[in-house]
Amino acid sequence: MENLQYILPEIFISLVIMLFLLVGVFKKNSSNLIYSLSTISLVILLALIINLSSLDKIYLFKSSYQIDNLSNYMKIILVGSGVFVMLTGSKYIQVINLNKIEYPILILSSILGMMIMISSNDLIVFYMGLELQSLALYVLASFNRDNLLSTESGLKYFVLSALSSGLLLYGCSLIYGFSESTNFDQILINSNEFNYGTTFGIVFILVGLAFKISAVPFHMWAPDVYQGSPTSVTLFFAILPKIAALSVFIKFLYTPFANMNDQWQTIIVFISIASMIFGAVAAIGQKNLKRLIAYSSISHMGYALAGLATVSNQGIQSSITYISIYLVMNLAFFSCLFMLKRNEKYYENIEDLSGLSKKHPILSFSLLIVLFSLAGIPPLAGFFAKFYVFLAVIEQSMYFLAIVGLLATVVAAFYYLRIIKIIYFDPEKDGYETSHNLGLKITLAISTIFILAYFIYPSGITEIVSKITMI
Amino acid sequence: MNFPILSSLILLPTIGALFILFTKSSSGKYQSSKYVALFISLANFLLSLYLWYVFDKNSVDFQFVENREWLSGFINYKVGIDGISILFVILTTFITPICIISVNATITNRLKDFLIAILIMETFMIGVFCSLDLVVFYLFFEAGLIPMFLIIGIWGGERRVYSAFKFFLYTLLGSVLMLVAIISIYWITGTTDVEKLYELGIKAEYQNLLWLAFFSSFAVKTPMWPVHTWLPDAHVEAPTVGSVLLAAILLKMAGYGFIRFSLGLFPIASENFTMLVYILSLIAIIYTSLVALMQEDMKKLIAYSSVAHMGFVTLGIFTMTQQGIEGSIFQMISHGLVSAALFLSVGVVYERHHTRLINKYGGLVSIMPRYAIVFMVFTLGALGLPGTTGFIGEFLILMGAFERNILVAMIASLGVILGAAYMLWLFKRVVFGEINNQELKSMKDLKIFEIITLSALVIPILFFGFYPEPLMNSIEASVENTLNMYNFDLINNLASKN
Repeated sequence: MENLQYILPEIFISLVIMLFLLVGVFKKNSSNLIYSLSTISLVILLALIINLSSLDKIYLFKSSYQIDNLSNYMKIILVGSGVFVMLTGSKYIQVINLNKIEYPILILSSILGMMIMISSNDLIVFYMGLELQSLALYVLASFNRDNLLSTESGLKYFVLSALSSGLLLYGCSLIYGFSESTNFDQILINSNEFNYGTTFGIVFILVGLAFKISAVPFHMWAPDVYQGSPTSVTLFFAILPKIAALSVFIKFLYTPFANMNDQWQTIIVFISIASMIFGAVAAIGQKNLKRLIAYSSISHMGYALAGLATVSNQGIQSSITYISIYLVMNLAFFSCLFMLKRNEKYYENIEDLSGLSKKHPILSFSLLIVLFSLAGIPPLAGFFAKFYVFLAVIEQSMYFLAIVGLLATVVAAFYYLRIIKIIYFDPEKDGYETSHNLGLKITLAISTIFILAYFIYPSGITEIVSKITMI
Repeated sequence: MNFPILSSLILLPTIGALFILFTKSSSGKYQSSKYVALFISLANFLLSLYLWYVFDKNSVDFQFVENREWLSGFINYKVGIDGISILFVILTTFITPICIISVNATITNRLKDFLIAILIMETFMIGVFCSLDLVVFYLFFEAGLIPMFLIIGIWGGERRVYSAFKFFLYTLLGSVLMLVAIISIYWITGTTDVEKLYELGIKAEYQNLLWLAFFSSFAVKTPMWPVHTWLPDAHVEAPTVGSVLLAAILLKMAGYGFIRFSLGLFPIASENFTMLVYILSLIAIIYTSLVALMQEDMKKLIAYSSVAHMGFVTLGIFTMTQQGIEGSIFQMISHGLVSAALFLSVGVVYERHHTRLINKYGGLVSIMPRYAIVFMVFTLGALGLPGTTGFIGEFLILMGAFERNILVAMIASLGVILGAAYMLWLFKRVVFGEINNQELKSMKDLKIFEIITLSALVIPILFFGFYPEPLMNSIEASVENTLNMYNFDLINNLASKN
């Protein structure tokens, strides 16, 4: 118990959650206060994690918990985007009357769960973290409980997610049974010989993780949940669980299953290709922006997984870079979505963007930048994200994956262009409110400038990420 | 390190665009923004003329090279020019101010956004011609899609949405394969620096596939038959200025790419695929000329004539002869001037009469005599009359073609006749004849700014038509060097096979 200072961030956030629960119960009308305090405590949490980030590799609690470059970087972008999610959503939840004390506390507990997932080095610890974040997410999805869509999405997410957790747990037990350990490093040592039990275990675990990351063919929940949940929760869904799940993906594939890449590589390649194509094609017919971004995120996860399929450090780093840029693009996109407000009502259909550029030139320009970046057109950040991934993929001579992926970007470009067409080429409609809270404006400004100016100094993220090596 | 003149050329328009973006006009008409844009683009033109002046015409090396670390050590931002690229840079900086002057007439709404789009476009276009790194080249090459998409989509005609999408998706689809090829080159050779790649060479076994990947991108952009169909749509729907930029400069990116990359990097594959290019070029020349004959829309006619002219260009490049390649470069410059001028001329009458249908016009010579004169010069330039730039380009290309393959050259010569046919017929129907349409009588002759822009184009077309020496001087050494490298690689390859 002498190493408690290394898990200071986790301890801090757990204490904060309990404290806020108590405050919420005993102090009336404290929801606004707790919301602001939660944002501040996330900032402090970020500072605590950055403070630890100089550490190279540390095992805790009989090596069931691990802090290394990967977990540090992932936690930093996780909590950092958490701060921005809180900043952008603050006005939204007030307007649609969701400002209850549980909301920020659930977000915090979900983040705690994700942090545990990211750092776990043991099947049991991993599963605990996973369940903590999932349970919080079920409630968040159905948080707007008077809304039919929101309740439906919560229920749908719960049922499907419980199913996938079950599969995952079954996979874990198979792995445990055949490798005689729950510790990742121990599993690696014990699984040198091929046996069917472990292979089945890997498949089940990958299915569970693919569900969390909403990769095809386990994506069915994503469009409904994205559309039904309150927008601030959708933003949360679009970014944070993906970061955590991707991190766990990397961890699983390259620590306990590192010797069995011949078995999982095909699965990842298949999931990746299927996600890229499906996400691109299915988004074409969508009318709701949140639903569209759900399909778009499916396709983006395909690209992130393509990097993992390469079995190389370069590939892992490209995936991490990809998710970092992806989260900035999503932040910018949702910030724009939060600005489509008129008379205390938020608009989220593509048609509502019609002719936006005439009355809201700056908002439209931001959307233009974000959408071209999502489509991967140079010189915007989204292009570099894809560029790194394909650089890694082609290094391993996986030309089929690269060509399919790039052709899918052309298909995907179509629906992004369609939104741009509606914003810029179509006749204008009523304007939207122009006064927004500061947090939202700052988030939009920072993320848009990041996307726009990324090409000036593209080495920044790459240099940090290049420290993360798994092989 | 000397003054980074190329980076200034590339960045200056963007700085101007940012300046326009952050200034507000009190009248809301943004006339002052136009003067800013004009000033910036003229300054850029003067800068590029200075560049031409200090450019060493006898050197075969890349000049004004800038090399900065960019993508964490493995890809550098590298720009530089040689005799092949300098003329394209000047063409770009020359056409842009003309575009900005003509904006006056054609763009009524969102003038400010339009100026920003044009200036950003200029940055990307100059960047394409200057970049000496494949990734940097790709970046500029693709980035140009964004402003052009908006120019067609926002300020275009009735079917602008369809055309803008078609333009964007066609070009993107062609280019993604080039990206795969560029990354493959990086892993094969360890660099994407063009100069180093020229030295290292790429192994023969990879060349065919890589050549095809580059070809897929350039063929769409050129455009070559059968992937040319986006061009008539884009031209017809784009505003006049958009058509000018598209025809004068965007199409030249691909021709430039063929010389710089297809010939320079993959000589063996280029030799293998020569016949393919010949056949596609010949089809483009003959078939699109015939299609152009039957057009009723002036812009569409000129668009198809562009495809035919670019067919000559690709033919000339792949003759791999000194005359052929020089002719192609000259033809591209000439076509840049002539097609820009023709689109502007169509814009002049379209703006007055709001139709581009040929049969609505006739007898303009008696109403607009000045217009008739300049239009005649441009028509003659397009059909390649001796004394205009068009003649020199086509003549040299055909010379090159005769050296390589007489049959190909003979078929291509037919294209010259067809070109004369559709251009003269267009001129006859629009300018000569009786005035059938009474509404035409109210049309006024050229305004001051139209005289400025059109005469600015007449002068180089005639001047370089009679005295092509200054242009030829600049390109000669670099083309010779490219061909020497090309032949050297081929001989080496043969030697290694035996």
